[in-house]
Amino acid sequence: MKRYSAFSIIKNGLAGHKHWERAWRDPKPKKAYDVIIIGGGGHGLATAYYLAKNHGITNVAVLEKGWLGGGNAGRNTTIVRSNYFREGNTAFYEHSLKLWEGLSQDLNYNVMFSQRGHLNLYFTPAQRDALARRYNTMRLNGIDGDWLTRDQVRKMVPHLNYAEDARYEIMGGYLQKRAGTARHDAVNWGFARAASNLGVDIIQQCEVTDFITKAGRIVGVNTTKGEIRAEKVGMAVAGSTSLLAHKAGLGNLPIESHKLQAFVSEPLKPFLDTVVVYANGHGHFYISQSDKGGMVFGGNIDGYNSYAQKGNLPIYTDVASCAMNIMPALGRIKVLRQWAGIMDMSMDGSPFISKTKIPGLYLNAGWCYGGFKATPGSGWCFAHTIAHDAPHEINKLLTLDRFEAGIHIDESGHGPFPKAH
Amino acid sequence: MLRIDCPVCGIRDHSEFSYGEDASITYPELSNTDRQAWYEAVFLRDNPRGLHLERWHHVQGCRQWLIVARDTLTHDISSVTLAHPKAASQLKAPRKLTKGNAGKASSASKTAMSKNAANGVAS
Repeated sequence: MKRYSAFSIIKNGLAGHKHWERAWRDPKPKKAYDVIIIGGGGHGLATAYYLAKNHGITNVAVLEKGWLGGGNAGRNTTIVRSNYFREGNTAFYEHSLKLWEGLSQDLNYNVMFSQRGHLNLYFTPAQRDALARRYNTMRLNGIDGDWLTRDQVRKMVPHLNYAEDARYEIMGGYLQKRAGTARHDAVNWGFARAASNLGVDIIQQCEVTDFITKAGRIVGVNTTKGEIRAEKVGMAVAGSTSLLAHKAGLGNLPIESHKLQAFVSEPLKPFLDTVVVYANGHGHFYISQSDKGGMVFGGNIDGYNSYAQKGNLPIYTDVASCAMNIMPALGRIKVLRQWAGIMDMSMDGSPFISKTKIPGLYLNAGWCYGGFKATPGSGWCFAHTIAHDAPHEINKLLTLDRFEAGIHIDESGHGPFPKAH
Repeated sequence: MLRIDCPVCGIRDHSEFSYGEDASITYPELSNTDRQAWYEAVFLRDNPRGLHLERWHHVQGCRQWLIVARDTLTHDISSVTLAHPKAASQLKAPRKLTKGNAGKASSASKTAMSKNAANGVAS
């Protein structure tokens, strides 16, 4: 692989960009691998990359039924943060954020990670107290978080709705400065290129149709491109996890598939240089501006089980009203595109990076709608779990059987109702 | 918008309803102390891609719980029944949207819309 550099850009630019080599190989599947990863989204590709880089396991295949990043990796609002409260999540997401901080250099691919800050607004004393509790816990865990007064918020983002008669008056906010956004496609392509360079075979248009077991152990998978053998198989197929789990014989999982919409506006001149978020009784809303200028925003999931990658109008209305609530200046902006992805909504709102009851089969799932920020950390931990057949200290609580043990990691405290997380 | 044909109120937007999740689960008897049975009922879901039985509560209508059979991929609703028919039968003369009513309602809202549009142009 030729390294990307400022020099390579100039050189290829002068040559009319005709001589770039392809970013990753397009091999035919071999008969057998050491590890098969099902799912060529961000998490699957990151897992393959860290298996090769951290654990020296390079005889790896990533099987993707469609094309790379065609699922949720390409259907998110690109926010990266680590402002979590519960043990099990705190260390994991902070580890992931630290990986983000060096990711472009590590992958030799500009993932456009921009630490523009993540501002969480509050409107009532109760919300202030709840957020103070969360951010104080973060600080105790060594994660950055700053408390801003209304005036400080106003100085930072002057064009929010500070009107005295605003339906919800902004009281202040909590800021995680190291949080921000990244370019979602670049993350996929960067991991794919780096993994491929280390010897990982990325096989697209290859759907896993069934699992092959011998004496209760996984020994391979059947695919639309034939049988492929491996002693270890990892699943990173958010949205379709239950479908594959049934095929594998894992039975019912603590997961429901729901759809989450996201929206992007027509491009604007620079308007918002941070991520603004709020969740109150009125709604749930997050917004940032992409480097192309589009306002990227979203809210809650649609709220009922669905495998349809298309959104529904009530949430569209909710999100638009949330936008108008804090940023009335957006009122005349046109929405350019809207899309939906299928989320693995888990029973406590937290993910799984876990062994399963079937030896050799590993599960990476249940990301609810927070999977994008977890991409590097998820791959890192999943690779460790697969390589050592045991979880790392960081993901040891993110197990599939935690509900059986009564150890929930319920950030929002909503209980076993996936639509509420 | 999903359109749910409430047996009491007629066809309504799903935004009038609250989603009550998987209706195919049979919860154990309250006297059942088997941990595994409760674990499976409370936490594990079949999560099918296809036909799904689910509860919807008509919160902004008759307040009846409904059992809806819906395809999770196409969103087609194949049946809507009352979860508690006995309770529903106690309701006084349910007001159904008849064709006549529906026509009136929509023509009324059309008039309102055109008035708004006219105001918009004028302002």
